Amino acid sequence: MARYDSLLDACGGTPLVGLPRLSPTVPEGAPPVRLWAKLEDRNPTGSIKDRAALFMVRAAEEAGRLRTGDTILEPTSGNTGISLAMVAKLRGYRLVCVMPENVSTERVQLLRMYGAEIIFSPAAGGSNQAVATAKQIAAEHPDWVMLYQYGNEANARAHYETTGPELLHDLPTITHFVAGLGTTGTLMGTGRYLREKVDGIQVVAAEPRYGEVVYGLRNIDEGYVPELYDASVLSRRFSVGTRDAVLRTRQLVDVEGIFAGFSTGAILHAALAVAHEAVRDGRRADVAFVVCDGGWKYLSTGAFGGTLADAEDALEGQLWA
Amino acid sequence: MAIEVRIPTILRSYTGGAKVVEGSGDTLSDLLADLDSRHAGLRGRLVTEAGALHRFVNVYVNDEDVRFLGALDAKLSDGDSITILPAVAGGAFGFAAAAAISQHSAAAVRRQSATAVDGDGRRGAVAAL
Repeated sequence: MARYDSLLDACGGTPLVGLPRLSPTVPEGAPPVRLWAKLEDRNPTGSIKDRAALFMVRAAEEAGRLRTGDTILEPTSGNTGISLAMVAKLRGYRLVCVMPENVSTERVQLLRMYGAEIIFSPAAGGSNQAVATAKQIAAEHPDWVMLYQYGNEANARAHYETTGPELLHDLPTITHFVAGLGTTGTLMGTGRYLREKVDGIQVVAAEPRYGEVVYGLRNIDEGYVPELYDASVLSRRFSVGTRDAVLRTRQLVDVEGIFAGFSTGAILHAALAVAHEAVRDGRRADVAFVVCDGGWKYLSTGAFGGTLADAEDALEGQLWA
Repeated sequence: MAIEVRIPTILRSYTGGAKVVEGSGDTLSDLLADLDSRHAGLRGRLVTEAGALHRFVNVYVNDEDVRFLGALDAKLSDGDSITILPAVAGGAFGFAAAAAISQHSAAAVRRQSATAVDGDGRRGAVAAL
């Protein structure tokens, strides 16, 4: 399993590692409750988004929407952008990312390094302006392709066909799957697969709860639920605040040596909640959760050091997942 | 002991600006009725005329989404903490992109001019999605 024809072939197949120190202690004679981390930071560009990017590009190729030399346009500055940039480079496409000019320099550098072209939109207009700019560019270039991860079935299918089977192969005794809820692709795809194969599997979502500033003026009537989202796939859904996410992210590196980003901390918080419930109820549990990416891209937030209150302040107003 | 309810900024006009209010009730439905008796209009922003939770509102009981606990019938206990939040998709950048793009078909997106887009800058900063 250690040799691949190209980097794209090395996507997925990530390790599942036990967390003997973070798993809760069970009383003498009680059934074991174990935590397992799926290390998605081991993907080619260091995040779980490589799976979705690869599947979305392949699906567009198979549908005849993408041909060598074509341009992919995406308003994104995060992990999906980095994954798409790598896939686009290796499959022979151009990637244009549209993002506000005030995103962190790490992100700009990463995307450029992977070969993406960046079009900046005015900082004052925020992300909406980036979308507006992307649309304007799309209008001028009707042959460019937007993959749209929130509604692209290939995003969820990537996890149905890869993440789910990998987990079941490595952990046939799995009782809980815990992942982050963003585009919902990971939970929908993996969750559907595991529900088909494992009786009584619990599919648990952890969603980030940001500082008040982020929700500030968001109007309830203008809310949004991704097209991929199907609540019937989930068993439970936890909202995890900044402080808990930071606490768990630090615990994960401190106790188990796994250096992850803050969204992983939020997921671990939910995983620990269901693990402790299993202990309380005297049930056996094998809880697998997703490590979305490494902590490197978040070092500049300063939230890995200082007190939890300092970290909370550092992340106030930021979208850390 | 009562049930603590965290109110998002956008709904504080109903609570006289208060971030946190207290209420009581055996179910979420009861609690919202109780709150509405003191903060008139609040319930109407959370519950549709058909009597279901508004699609774009998320309510959490002790950090767990109430839709998976029975929705408006979810059982509550004294000391519970309720958080009300507008629905968002993971991160504001992705959220704004998704919201804006999803309102139009791909073809319509290509025809859209930038000026037609909601450029009110309401939806915050950049996510890692």
